[in-house]
Amino acid sequence: MSPRAACRLAELGFEEVYDYAPGKVDWLARGLPTEAPQRERRAGDVARDDVATCTADERIGDVRARVESSPYGFALVLSAEGCLLGRLRKRALDGEEDRTAQEAMEPGPSTVRAHEPLEALLERLRDRDLTSAVVTDPEGRLIGIVRRGP
Amino acid sequence: MPHAVDYPRLRELLDSGAQLVEVLPEQEYEEEHLPGAINIPLKTLDAASTAQLDKRRAVVVYCWDGL
Repeated sequence: MSPRAACRLAELGFEEVYDYAPGKVDWLARGLPTEAPQRERRAGDVARDDVATCTADERIGDVRARVESSPYGFALVLSAEGCLLGRLRKRALDGEEDRTAQEAMEPGPSTVRAHEPLEALLERLRDRDLTSAVVTDPEGRLIGIVRRGP
Repeated sequence: MPHAVDYPRLRELLDSGAQLVEVLPEQEYEEEHLPGAINIPLKTLDAASTAQLDKRRAVVVYCWDGL
C-alpha cells in the first residue's frame, strides 16, 4: 500500500516523498514506542538487558566470571555492532580457558522479535521446557532476554 | 520520484520534522500507530484528504510492511 501511496502523493504535487518500506511491523520489531490505547504485552516490553555478553575474540576464561555473576547460565556472543553471533552455554564455558568465544560458541541461537505477544511466547517456553528467549531487532542486534517465571 | 527508506533514514527524516502518514485503514491506525503519525487511508488519499499536509515539507508514508 505505501509504495502506491507514495506515488499518489508525488502525482498530487508533493515534492519530497518517502516510503518507509519495512513498515509498521519493522517499527514494532525494534521494540519502539507506539500510540496504542490498548494492546497486549509483548516480548520487548519485558526484555531484560542483564545477560552477560562478550565479543568473538574474548577468552572463555575471561567470560566465565561474567556469567557466574549474571542471572543466566550462559553468555551471548556479539559483534562490535551488537549483532548476535552465538551463545556460550555452561559446557562451553567449562572448557579450555584460552579458547575464544567464537571457537566455543553455538552459532545462530534462536531468537524472537520484540513485537511477539508475550503470553504466547511464555506458553511456548513452558511447552518446550525452556527458561528464556533471546530478543533481537530486524538487524539481529540484541535487545534483551525474556525470562519465564517459575 | 518517491524514495524507499529504512529505519535509520526514517529516524533522520522524523528528527528533521518530516510529516508521517499511515495509509492503512482507520481501524488499524486506531489500534496502534507510530508516534505522531496521522491517518490517511490509501483508499481515501486524494487532494482533499492531503490538504492538511504541507507540500513543501518531506512526507513519509508507511503501511504494515510495504506490500
